[in-house]
Amino acid sequence: MFLSQVTSPHTVRHDHTRNIMRRVILAAIPGLLVSCWFFGLGPLFNVLLCSLFAAGFESLVLKLRQRPIGFYLKDYSVLVTGVLLGLALPPWSPWWLLLVATGFAVVFGKQLFGGLGQNPFNPAMLGYVVVLVSFPVDMTSWPAAHAVTFSGGLSHMFAGTPWLDGWSQATVLDSLKNNQGLTLDELWDGYTGFGWLSSRDSELVNLAFLLGGLWLLHKKVYTWHAPAGMLGALFVMSLIFWGGNGSESNGSPLFHLFSGATMLGAFFIITDPVSSATSTRGRLLFGIGVGILVYIIRSWGGYPDAIAFSVLLMNLCAPTLDYFTRPRTYGHDKAKRGFNTEGQ
Amino acid sequence: MSVNYRELTINGLWKNNPGLVQLLGLCPLMGTSNSTVNALGLGIATLLVLACSNAAVSMIRNAVTPAIRLPVFVMIIAALTTCIELLMQAYTYQLYMILGVFIPLITTNCIILGRAEAFAAKNNVLSSAYDGFIMGLGFALVLLAIGIVRELLGTGMLFANMHLLLGPIATNWTWVVFENYQGFLLAILPPGAFLVMGLLIALKNHIDDRVLARKPVEVVTSAAADRRVRVTGVVE
Repeated sequence: MFLSQVTSPHTVRHDHTRNIMRRVILAAIPGLLVSCWFFGLGPLFNVLLCSLFAAGFESLVLKLRQRPIGFYLKDYSVLVTGVLLGLALPPWSPWWLLLVATGFAVVFGKQLFGGLGQNPFNPAMLGYVVVLVSFPVDMTSWPAAHAVTFSGGLSHMFAGTPWLDGWSQATVLDSLKNNQGLTLDELWDGYTGFGWLSSRDSELVNLAFLLGGLWLLHKKVYTWHAPAGMLGALFVMSLIFWGGNGSESNGSPLFHLFSGATMLGAFFIITDPVSSATSTRGRLLFGIGVGILVYIIRSWGGYPDAIAFSVLLMNLCAPTLDYFTRPRTYGHDKAKRGFNTEGQ
Repeated sequence: MSVNYRELTINGLWKNNPGLVQLLGLCPLMGTSNSTVNALGLGIATLLVLACSNAAVSMIRNAVTPAIRLPVFVMIIAALTTCIELLMQAYTYQLYMILGVFIPLITTNCIILGRAEAFAAKNNVLSSAYDGFIMGLGFALVLLAIGIVRELLGTGMLFANMHLLLGPIATNWTWVVFENYQGFLLAILPPGAFLVMGLLIALKNHIDDRVLARKPVEVVTSAAADRRVRVTGVVE
């Protein structure tokens, strides 16, 4: 209507949940494409199936809870869970593994706690850990780069055909963990497809996720604190415990930054606004905690990579971190933190 | 004091079930429910201790002063648990080895002391023994249900190794429900116990709600419903 009266506020923010989630999905696309270049259409199939399952589970539980299905599906949050799970799980994973992972992520990790905004744990990582603990064999057989044919992948995914010899390969983190008496140079010389810092696929996929994450930072979807904290802590830890290139080496700092799921974790997982800490300083500490735990589990723990476990452990700490890092409120001299509530 | 046996039965098995409602004795419930045979073994052991200890406590209820009642109850329960332990050692040795520390731990099971304190110390021998039996049965059934679900989900089989408890008759009872099942390790690991337990409680509450919804609505006209309640913010 012409000359219609408009009241304040006149600036409208566009950071609805839907827009944020859509941007996160868009930012994951470079990583997905690079992954697809190495593993064929496996990662794409993973992502599609996981998203489909996730939306299905979400609708089912919403129907049981008598909530509007369309409204909640349209915030895309469940799609983010599906996409992240699809990216995190080994390419061409069997369909039932994807089903179990997404089922646990969406039903147990998210909806049983009351849906978006109520979940104490990152749903995608919860689903990932459930299948990692339950199906160790399937979860530790990553296909080698450029090795799996399309039909071979499909039959592994849907018919349960095991990988042929040479189709799967230990990841670099695996090889480093099981290194027996080789210097790093010898170890990487024997590893097919080693690039500059880590295996070729690993470093390029990490680089792609880093780019996607920087774009999200640029778009102000989240602040720099959590990713910087995690990458910084991982860098410092791996610098301190590096051990050079000898056989006892734990790998160089750059190797750790560009191996496994480091960048995916730093820019897509620990930046989850729900299950991470809320205060700025809390997010920084959250990231640092994840970084330290990742390094500890990678180097001295029982698993080659540790993003999921570290994130879940730090999710447990997030409320306490928030409690002890409350910012100073305007008009007060001192921040009230922890049990220091005198004069309240 | 007259005791309504029907009410005792309903309470023990459903309305005040030790496992699902009182949430007592969770440690053995979680620790030994990873297979049917373990669950059944510990369920029966607990049931026997509970029934006998209730009867024994009821017998001496007028002779023990309140000040020393708890140590006395614990001594009785510990003695009975030792009996069960020795019996299991004699007749089901392998199961005894598998259940390990959970058998002596029956002594510290809160249900047993709870029933001694709440029921047996105030009622006659027969009704106390019945209460112990039915509460024990309620606990054993929950344990068995969790055991069956976890074994089925975890291994795809049912009633494996039942001969450990029931002797050679049960050697061939293993029932492979799902052929070529990969195994779902989480169900056998401790988190599985919490998940299955939570789902069982949810199922019970759901059934209760359905039953309640089917009943005709009673109009509440008690004084409590009319009383005005003033609610203010949290005082800091």
